[in-house]
This record gives sequence, C-alpha cells and structure tokens, in this order.
Amino acid sequence: MAENYATNGAAGAPVTFLEAIKQAMFEEMERDPAVVVIGEDVGVYGGAFKTSEGLLERFGWDRVIDTPISESAIIGAACGMSYLGLRPICEMQFIDFVVCAFNQITNFVAKGHYLWNAPAPIVIRGPSGGGVHGGPFHSANPEMYFVHTPGLKVIYPSTPYDAKGLLKAAVRDNNPVLFFEHKFLYRRIKEQLPPQDYTVPIGKAVVRREGKHLTILSYAAMMHTSLEAAAALAQEGIEAEVIDLRTLLPLDEETILNSVKKTNRCLVVHEDTKTGGIAGEIAAILCEKAFGHLDGPLMRVTALDTPVPYSPPLEDYFLPNAKKIFAAAKELARY
Amino acid sequence: MKKSLTRQQYLDLYYYMRLNRAVEDTMVKLFRQNKIVGGLYSSLGQEGISVGTAYALEKKDWLAPMIRNIGALLVKGVPPRDVFMQHMAKYDSPTKGKDGTSHFGDLENLHIVSPISMLGDLIPVMTGVAMAGRYLGQKIVAMTWIGDGGSSTGVFHEGLNFAATQKAPFVLILENNQWAYSTPVRRQVPLENLADRAKAYGIDSYIVDGNDVVAVYSTAKEAVDRARAGEGPILIEAKSFRRMGHAQHDPAEYVPKEMRKHWEARDPIALYEKFLTAEKLLDAKSQKEMEDKINALLTKERDFAENSPMPPAEFAEHGVYCTGDGCHKIEPQWARPKSEVTPPKSSVAAVWRVEGFGEGKGSGGGIAPIHFGDTTPTEANPESEGKAAPKVSAKKTGKKPPPAVAAASSRKARR
Repeated sequence: MAENYATNGAAGAPVTFLEAIKQAMFEEMERDPAVVVIGEDVGVYGGAFKTSEGLLERFGWDRVIDTPISESAIIGAACGMSYLGLRPICEMQFIDFVVCAFNQITNFVAKGHYLWNAPAPIVIRGPSGGGVHGGPFHSANPEMYFVHTPGLKVIYPSTPYDAKGLLKAAVRDNNPVLFFEHKFLYRRIKEQLPPQDYTVPIGKAVVRREGKHLTILSYAAMMHTSLEAAAALAQEGIEAEVIDLRTLLPLDEETILNSVKKTNRCLVVHEDTKTGGIAGEIAAILCEKAFGHLDGPLMRVTALDTPVPYSPPLEDYFLPNAKKIFAAAKELARY
Repeated sequence: MKKSLTRQQYLDLYYYMRLNRAVEDTMVKLFRQNKIVGGLYSSLGQEGISVGTAYALEKKDWLAPMIRNIGALLVKGVPPRDVFMQHMAKYDSPTKGKDGTSHFGDLENLHIVSPISMLGDLIPVMTGVAMAGRYLGQKIVAMTWIGDGGSSTGVFHEGLNFAATQKAPFVLILENNQWAYSTPVRRQVPLENLADRAKAYGIDSYIVDGNDVVAVYSTAKEAVDRARAGEGPILIEAKSFRRMGHAQHDPAEYVPKEMRKHWEARDPIALYEKFLTAEKLLDAKSQKEMEDKINALLTKERDFAENSPMPPAEFAEHGVYCTGDGCHKIEPQWARPKSEVTPPKSSVAAVWRVEGFGEGKGSGGGIAPIHFGDTTPTEANPESEGKAAPKVSAKKTGKKPPPAVAAASSRKARR
C-alpha cells in the first residue's frame, strides 16, 4: 500500500494510522484538561487496539475512564459531561457497537442544540470496516445511520495525517462528531506527520489524484483501492480524478461539483452497502446541481446489500475491489 | 409528618405544591380552549414528589425533569410563563417552539437538562453531569426522575450501574405512580418495592410515601447530602398514584375505582394543609393570601404567554449545529486547580489489581473468586461474603428462595 499522501512539512519517522489516532488524543488531552477519554478497556489495558495506551498513566483515572459494557451509558455520560464544558472522546471498542447507543446519539446528543440550545461537544470514535475477516459484527460501516441524522458530523478519514488532524478538529468542534477509523488501515499505511500542532478542517474533501476523464469519489479504505484502480486506468489512457471525501456530513459539495463539472462523469466507490449508501445521496446532488454537465449515468461500486460475511471468499466477493472499480470506470469512460 | 423544618421551609413546600397544581389547572383550561398544541400530562396527586425532592437541591445543583415534574422546574426557578409557552409552542418559550411540555433546559443559569421522550436516557446523562461536576471540583449533586414504567428500560440499568461503579453524586427518584400508561406496575415488574432494584447495583435506597411532602423532602435531603459527601448514587422510590390518565386524551377507565378512591382521599396538598393547620403554620387568612398571590402571578404569566407570537416558519431550519464561539463559547467552570488533573500531578501507575480480586480474599475480607466455582456457596457460609450474601426476603412472595447451588451456578452461567 502506498505511503505519504501528504507531505505538509513532514518530519520524523513515518507513523501508522493507529499511532496518529493515539497522538491526536494524547496531544488534545495535554492541551486541554477538559478533554477526557471514556470507553471499554481504554484505561489500564489501553484500548482493544492500543489507541489509548499510556493515557491513563499520564492523565489519571478521572480522565481515562474504564466503563462497564454499556454503550448507552458511555454516550449518555459523555453527553452529560459535555454540558459542564468537558470534551469527552468516547471509544466504541468496535464501531459496530455504536448502534447499542443509537437512541442516545440520535435522539439525545444530536437534537440538543436544535431543540434547547445545548451543544454536546463529544467525539464518538472506533474501529470500523471490513477486509480483516472480522465477521458480521466486527466489520460494519454504519456511517449512513448517522449521516441521516441532522445535528451530527460524520468523519471517515483515509490517511494518518488526516486521521490525526481531523480527530483534533473533532475534539475542538462544538458539535457531536462520529469518527470512523477503518481498521484495515490501522497498521497498513504509514506517513510522516508534522511535529507541530495541526488540524484538518471538517467538511472539506481533497483531490488525491488529478484527472480529466472521470471523477472517482471515495473515502476510507476504498480511497486507496480507488487510487490503485486509477493507476491501472492510466495505463489504458483513462485519467481518473480521485477525490477523498474525508467528511460525509457535512458533505463537501463544492469540491464534488467542481470535479464533475470538469470530468462530466462520476463513479462513487464505498465499502458501505449499496442501498442507502452515500452514493445515492451524491447522485441526487448531481442531478439537482450538475445534471447538464453529466455525460453518463452516475455509477457506483459498493459492497453487496448483505451483512458482512465471515469466510474469506465470501467477504472478498462482498467487498468492492480495484478490479470492480476498474471495470466500472472503463464502462463509464465510454459514454 | 413530624416537625423538623423551619417555618419558611414548611411554607415554601406548601407554596410550590399549590403553584404546581395551579399551573397545571391553568393548563387544563388552556387545553380545553385549544390553546395547547400537543399533549398535556398531569402530575395531579404527585406534586409532593416533584416539589419535595427538588427542594432538597442547592442552586448550583443540576436536575433533569420528566414529563410530570413541572413542580421541580418551578422550585428550581423556572417562571410559569415558560411552562405555558412551551405547551403553547410559542416563540418566546425556552425552545422557541421547537419542542413542548417539560422538554427544555438551561445549562447556563438554572442547571436544568432537558428530557427526551425516550425513558431512562437521562440516567446516564445525569451521571455524566455528576461526574463532570466532581471532576471540576464543583461539589454538585445531579438529580433526575424515572417512573415505574421507565425503570424497565435497558438504559436505566446501564446508567445506574455505571453511576454506581463511578460513585457519582447522583440521586435518582423512582416515582412509582403504579401505572405505565395503561399497564399496572404489577404487570411490569415482579417486585413489591422498586427500590429493591438498587440492590442489583450495590447502592442504597429509600422508600418514601410520595404523598407526604415532608417525608419526601427529608428523605431527599438526606440522600442529596450523602451523595454530595461522596457516598455514591442513591435511589429513592416514592410511592404515589397517577390520578389522571397518561395524558389529557386518556380517561384511564382501566384504573380500578377503589384504587382511585383510596388515593384521592390521600391528596398530598390536602394532607399537608391538615398538618400545617394543626401545627399552626397556616390559617385561613395566610392561606387566602397565598392563593391570591398565586392567582395574580398566574394571570400575569398566562397573559404574557398568550400574547407571545408563534415562531416564524423559516425558524424551523435554524440551529441544528453550533457554529462556533459566536454561538456557544464552551468553557468549564473550574472549582479546583487545573494542575490537579494535568501531568505530572494527574499521572498514576496503571494497575490491574483490584484489592483482593482473584487472590482469594475480597476487599471486605471475605472470599473473592479466583475462578468461578471457588467461592463458597453463599447460604452455606453467609457471613463470609458480607454484603454479597443474598438475604431471603421476609416478605411473602409465594416463591421459595433459590437454593444456594442455583445461585452459584447462575453466576457461572452469566459468563
């Protein structure tokens, strides 16, 4: 897998996605005593993926809080803490379990600012996504439940640089943020990070590869798969522009529209299942705002509309891959 | 009722109960005039609980009401006009028409967290409020209410268990009015006393007559003091009765006549007036003065509410997100030095060890499991586990106590 998506004045040894998350939490806790971490096994154990390793030793029991297996209590308590000005980072051990707190998030946390002027600056983060044979309850991509909930922000980064910068931005944001960390990327990519404090703005997509024949919109692990497909497409003379959405709510319509108005073709690639995925929303936006610019139909390469199966041949069949993206892009380029 | 409060406290309790009832009576009139947009829920007969518990809080403390806790809001300082305007969906209401009933809060001044309709969610939220208050050194107590019905939700258990593990300064009032909409408590929970739920979390509980406002206040005060002193969360079951239907639309014909009669004869305000009169704290003249005061206040408040405009339609799309410091500048109020929670002072040794756990002796000196099966069956040696030994209830429940061996195997099965 490719390294170094951003240079940004980078220095020091390249770090993994996991390390970037850890650095973001550490630095935010160091910067602001209002930041606390709460979740299952986040304290002494340092988190199931070791993203909170060392935090308890440095910041103590009041700021690194091990909880019972009670996702609703984690989110509820974090929400209550935020009402007194704290900025809790809630860890879901696997993001699949976030739905155990669905009511707390969608009805309590998300609606507070609109209904009674109560901002809830909390971050809900955890490992998501498939490709590691985690089975149907440890591989989910439940981002769209939350993209459909006004009041939340939804971030799904693809690189260590963005993961760190966006997590810091999420902690400092006054709104509740769902932060998805694709676990396939945790140890597979490394990147040099700037030594100084930085954030990445929420709600801004980025062009990862420029091209003129079609636009590929993607995020998280599939962004890397899309780049792989784009490299293969280039060999056949098709220049695909690859855009990393980074934030799904709010969606960066401007970057999407600018690219599609240039290439006139759009392919959306996501690991989430097809029906109700972000591709459908993007199709609607393009119909509303760029219909006259489209030379072909919006196409999508997504996971199947099934639960994530466990056995490797089943999961491989379920997931999108570079070959499927390549084929769809070639078809689209013919329009 | 026994005499132990100051004269002013007795009269405050009376004033707020009367105000609570008068506010709700006014809203029934507004409802019948079609001036209330949505549903109207009544706390008739339960005013002693809302008023007595909230009166035990200090100004800096936090509360989160349920639908039948208008009285608690009034005690905390919410003006009646806000309650009227909420129900009437007016633009000057605390939520500016975005929500109704008691669904509003005030983070800045009154320290009120808004409820949502999904029951039980406030329990972990107020646990978090209590934890944050402790973390910031504010020495506050957080209080919320739940019904007999809401005590069956999953989040009730998640929240109270978490509050208990954290020893959060949190007081939960379990308002047992014996009806969850149309379902009697006997069909919801196989317990005589819902306060027994506290045993499952290792926390203390009280049972109080919810129609005796002095008893409610005294119990709540003790619980609030204990929670503030660091003894952890406390559950109070206040037993009462829902005199009206679930809401105005519900005639509640499912309630047995005898039951209604019994509780109507135990009206908390009438009982309290009898007490106050006997103790010479209230006479016809002072009672009349208080009534006049409340009437004058509510006429003014109601006029204000009725004259408030409805929200402009396009206001519907405003305010989903906080737009930054100009919208909300979020800053915790530190009542302790920040240095206590930042390195190096905050740094600790991360230890696995919980005293006695896995080493064959419990923190109380009793036997703790090394692995399941090691522990002596509790009934064979009830002293050895201290508090953990299940007491066989003296009450006639019609069921035999489970044999010790079943208790041991059920622990095993839980894994």
